[in-house]
Amino acid sequence: MNEENKNLTENAADLANQAKELADQAASIAVQASEAVAASGAHDSSFFLFGLTVFVLACFVGYYVVWRVTPALHSPLMGITNAISSVIIVGALIAAGPIEMSFSKIMGFLAVILASINIFGGFIVTQRMLHMFKKKS
Amino acid sequence: METISTLAYLVSAICFIMALRGLSGPETARKGVVFGIGGMAIAIVTTLFLAAHSWILILLGILIGGSIGTFIAKKIEMTALPQLVAAFHSLVGLAAVFVATASFFNPEAYHIGTAGDIHTSSLIEMSLGLAIGAITFTGSVIAWGKLQGVVTGKPITFPMQHMLNAGLGILLVTLIILLCMTESATIFWALVALAALLGVLMIIPIGGADMPVIVSMLNSYSGWAAAGIGFTLQNNLLIITGALVGASGAILSYIMCKAMNRSFISVILGGFGAEQSSGGQDMGDRQAKIGSAEDAAFIMKNASKVIIVPGYGMAVAQAQHVVRELADKLKEEGVEVAYAIHPVAGRMPGHMNVLLAEANVPYDEVFELEDINRDFAQADVAYVIGANDITNPAAKNDSSSPIYGMPVLDVEKAKTVLFVKRSLGSGYAGIDNPLFYQDNTYMLLDDAKKMTENIVKAME
Repeated sequence: MNEENKNLTENAADLANQAKELADQAASIAVQASEAVAASGAHDSSFFLFGLTVFVLACFVGYYVVWRVTPALHSPLMGITNAISSVIIVGALIAAGPIEMSFSKIMGFLAVILASINIFGGFIVTQRMLHMFKKKS
Repeated sequence: METISTLAYLVSAICFIMALRGLSGPETARKGVVFGIGGMAIAIVTTLFLAAHSWILILLGILIGGSIGTFIAKKIEMTALPQLVAAFHSLVGLAAVFVATASFFNPEAYHIGTAGDIHTSSLIEMSLGLAIGAITFTGSVIAWGKLQGVVTGKPITFPMQHMLNAGLGILLVTLIILLCMTESATIFWALVALAALLGVLMIIPIGGADMPVIVSMLNSYSGWAAAGIGFTLQNNLLIITGALVGASGAILSYIMCKAMNRSFISVILGGFGAEQSSGGQDMGDRQAKIGSAEDAAFIMKNASKVIIVPGYGMAVAQAQHVVRELADKLKEEGVEVAYAIHPVAGRMPGHMNVLLAEANVPYDEVFELEDINRDFAQADVAYVIGANDITNPAAKNDSSSPIYGMPVLDVEKAKTVLFVKRSLGSGYAGIDNPLFYQDNTYMLLDDAKKMTENIVKAME
C-alpha cells in the first residue's frame, strides 16, 4: 500500500515535471514565434493592413468634412491643409533626432526647416485670410 | 511611452479634423485654426520626447523655418496667394523626399530594418512616398513659375508628349520594383531624378486657365505624399492627415473641373487655351456699344439692384477697393448691391472671396454662382469687371465654343450689362464673347481701376 502510494507520487511528480518541460518548450516556441512575427510579419503585413484601414477610413472622414466647407472658404481650406500636411515634420524630427552626425541627420534637419516654413506660413496666412471675412455691420 | 504617444497622435489627428470641420462657416473657422495649431504642437512635442535625443539642431531648424514662414505669410499680397500655396506645396513635396531619403539611409531610426535590409513593404511605401513627393516638388515649382509669370502661362506642348510621359511613368514603376528588389542607392537616386522630371513634364502642358485645378491637384498630391511617408514610418497621424489633405485636394480639383466643364483627364493631358479660335459664330461686322463713366454712373444710380461680377482682372488691376467704394456709394443711394462669384473667378478655389474680403466687402453680400444666377433676371445692372469667359453666353448656346457646357453667370439677363474691359480682345482662355455685341451691353473700355474710379467721381 505504502509502496504503491510512493510509486504513484513519484510517477505523478515525473509527469508534472514532464508537463512543465513541455510547457516551457511551448512557451519558448511562443516567444520565438512572437519574436518572429514582430521581426517580420507584424512589421510587414499586419501594420500595412492596419494602416490601410486607418487610411481608407480617414479618406471617408476627409470626404464628408470637406464637402461641408463653404465655397467661400476654399482658399483658407487650402492654406490649412497645406499647414497640416506638414505634419510630415514628425518623420523629419525622428531623422534629426540622433546625437551623432550623419547624412540622415542632415536630411532630417533640412526637412525640419522646410516643414516649419509650411507650418508657420500655412497657419499664419490662413489666419490672415479668415480675419478679413466680416459680416455686414 | 508608446501608448502615450499613440494616444497623443490620436488627439492631434482629431484636432486636424476639427480644424477642417470649422471651415463650414467664417465664424467657426477661426476656432478651427486654433485646433489645427494645437494639433500640430501636440504632434511635434510628442515626437520630440519620443524619438529625439539631441534637440539643438531641431530647434534651430524650427526657428529658421518658422521665421521664414512667418515673414512670408505676413508680407504676401492676397493676389499672390495661388503662387504662395503652390510654393508651399513644393516644400511639402521636398520635405517628403528628404524624410524618405533619411529613412532609406538610416532605417534603424524608424525601426523598419537595417541599412541594406529594409522590409519589403516599407520599401514599397517609401518609394511611393518618395516618387509622389518628388513629383509634387517639381510640379509645384513649375505651377508657381506659371502663376508668378516666370514660366509662360501658355501650354508648352510637343509631339509625342503623352507617349513620352506614359513611357516615363512605366519606367518609374520599373524603378520602384527594382529598388524594392535590390535596395541599391543608385536606383534610389535615379528614382528621385525621374520623378522630378515627370513632375515638370506633367505640368508644363497645362494652360493658365486650368491653374485652379492644378493648384488643387498638387494640394492633393502633397497629402498623398504625406500618407505614403506615414505608411513607411508606421505612423497613423501621418496617414490620417495625408488622407484628409489628399481627399480635400481631390474634392477641390473636382469642383474646379466641374466649374469649367472639363474632365480631369483632359486637364491633365493639357493643351487647353493654346488655340486662339473664336468659336463658331462670326461677329466680324457686329458693333459693340461703347459707354462712358458718366453713362455708367447715371444708369447705376437709377437702378434698384446692381450685381457686381468680379474676375481675376479686377485683382490684377488692384481695383477691389475702389469697387467697394462704388458699392458703398450705391448703397447710400438706396441701391441694393450683391456680388456674384464664379468658382473659377480667381486663380485658386475661393480666391475671389478672399480678395473681396480683403477689400472689406461683407461676406454676406457675396454669393456663389448657383445661389445668385436666377437673380440676374431681376437685376437692373450687371457690372462685369475683370471677368470674361465666366460670363460668356456662348457656353450655353454655341456648341462649337471651346467652353460649351461650362456653367456661366447669366449676366445677359440683367436689364443693362456694363462690361469693363481694357479692349475688345478675347479672354484668358482665348475665346470671343458674344456678350459684347448685345443690345443691352455697354462696353466701358479702360483699366478696371481707372474706370471704376471715374464712375465713383461721376456719381458725386
